[in-house]
Amino acid sequence: MVVAAAPSERAHPVNNSPVRGTTLTIREVSHRFDLEGQPLPVLDRINLRIGRGEFVALLGPSGCGKSTLLRLVAGLDSPSAGGLFVEGKAIEGPDPSRIVVFQDPTLYPWRTVWGNVALGLEARGLLRTHRERVEDALRLVGLSGFANAYPHQLSGGMSQRTALARALVNDPKLLILDEPLGQLDSLTRITMQSELVSLWQRAGFTALLVTHDVEEALFLAGRVIVLSERPAQIRAEIVNALPYPRHRGDPYLAELRHEVFGHLGLDATW
Amino acid sequence: MSSVVDEAASEPKPVVGPFASPAARSLIGGLAAAATWLAVAALIAYWPDTPDSDWAYTDDFAALTGALAVALALAAFAGIWFAGLQRVRRLAPWLIALAVFLAAWEAVTAKLGLLPLPFFPPPQAILEVVVDDRTRLVACVLASFRLLATGYFLGATIGFVTGVAIGWSRIANYWIHPILRFIGPLPATAWLPLAFFIFPSSFSASIFLIALATGFPVTVLTWSGVAGVNSAYYDIARTLGASQRFLVLKVAIPAAMPHVFVGLFMGLGTSFAVLVVAEMLGVKAGLGWYLQWAQGWAAYANMYAALLIMALLCSGLITLLFRLRDRLLSWQKGLVRW
Repeated sequence: MVVAAAPSERAHPVNNSPVRGTTLTIREVSHRFDLEGQPLPVLDRINLRIGRGEFVALLGPSGCGKSTLLRLVAGLDSPSAGGLFVEGKAIEGPDPSRIVVFQDPTLYPWRTVWGNVALGLEARGLLRTHRERVEDALRLVGLSGFANAYPHQLSGGMSQRTALARALVNDPKLLILDEPLGQLDSLTRITMQSELVSLWQRAGFTALLVTHDVEEALFLAGRVIVLSERPAQIRAEIVNALPYPRHRGDPYLAELRHEVFGHLGLDATW
Repeated sequence: MSSVVDEAASEPKPVVGPFASPAARSLIGGLAAAATWLAVAALIAYWPDTPDSDWAYTDDFAALTGALAVALALAAFAGIWFAGLQRVRRLAPWLIALAVFLAAWEAVTAKLGLLPLPFFPPPQAILEVVVDDRTRLVACVLASFRLLATGYFLGATIGFVTGVAIGWSRIANYWIHPILRFIGPLPATAWLPLAFFIFPSSFSASIFLIALATGFPVTVLTWSGVAGVNSAYYDIARTLGASQRFLVLKVAIPAAMPHVFVGLFMGLGTSFAVLVVAEMLGVKAGLGWYLQWAQGWAAYANMYAALLIMALLCSGLITLLFRLRDRLLSWQKGLVRW
């Protein structure tokens, strides 16, 4: 097992836009669920340090505890052991500077696209002074014309882009992506992957992506962390120095993919 | 991928063919309905009533049905120019059926005298009641409405607040839930004798009963609505920096609204029942009282008139609630049509 040592930030293709992202340190984090009195260990001593403006992907078999780790980073749950730190400060609860985009877009069906995107500003009482940010976010994801549509009128891709706009409107320092493209058809998915990269390059946030799609992880991230089966441990760390914009057919990506499959124990099928 | 906005909202296009333009079909339907009503008017006017009867309003009733026939004919022609009136076409089969029913009723009562009196009066007798007794009827409608509106509003408000409280707060749930389970299923009318004794007036007692009947379903449905909110909605709002207050007002309550409306509908239904029972047994005003009073005088035409008005009012209120629901919950798909 390779434990991720804190890599120097220059080693990775970091955003070259004005960096607004945050650092994230995960130190010796273990977590277990209580299932009818039986402790179910999900995370086993995870150590990870993510630099400002980095794009990191967590890759692992389904059910290995990736999403649990994201909930801890988001502050929705607290770890059984260990600590998580943003800019050296411990995470104690949800905070609008760390926004999660879930696998399911979970838009509020009673609000229009505009109302959904405005949610974060409204919750923090900023809507009156920052209305224009809603329009900006909608423009960013290409949904300006759909501000008054209701979620049931949207396609899967549009819903997910709305969810993305709902996150981006808060100008997050850390964007946590929990398989946000998992439920989309493959064509939409490919389009959205490129859109995600350009959003990240423009906005300069730190991105932490959970996925079980090897190609997606390699196409998007500067660093791919491979997790083991439950309880998840860090099995390997792959640095992807390929500059953006990337091309899916790049032979370097194919090479890395072979390596990742090896770490996942799937190289026989390759 | 960007053009997948739902098109179900637009109406399906009508079939095109000879005489198939909406205007022409509306004209034919409207004229058929008008002709039927004209025939009913003629039947009432020219077929004499049974010799031993003295229905004062036969001619007026004939005039009324005749006027309706003329209005329908005018609407049918106006439909050529005003698309809004083309709805007449959709209503035409019902209008014709109604005319046939009225003609049959008229025939077996006033014209042939087949049904025993005073239990089965002809339609003109009901018209007579509505016209001659209008002041009393209007007063009764107002009294009933005042009672119902006050009781329903109180019950719905209290039920809604209680439902949100027990859906949200553990403490409220601990204390209120057992009371609700114990007292809620008891029919509100069971409280009737006690309520009339405890409350200072029959009016306040009835308000209590109607509020109780409304409050129970509204509480239970609001509670289940709030308790059943997708927990991911809360996660989203919490990561976006929402306060508890925001979670209740902007997440839990809007998400629970479809359930709340089911409760409001159930509450409205039971409140009608309690209203009529309360008026029959205690309150000295209102349509329920009118029914009871008419029975005392064996005035069956008055009872039919009161029932007719009551049906119109109840159905009108339900429709009103449906309209409100459609407006507030326009985000929902596939709503039941009333």
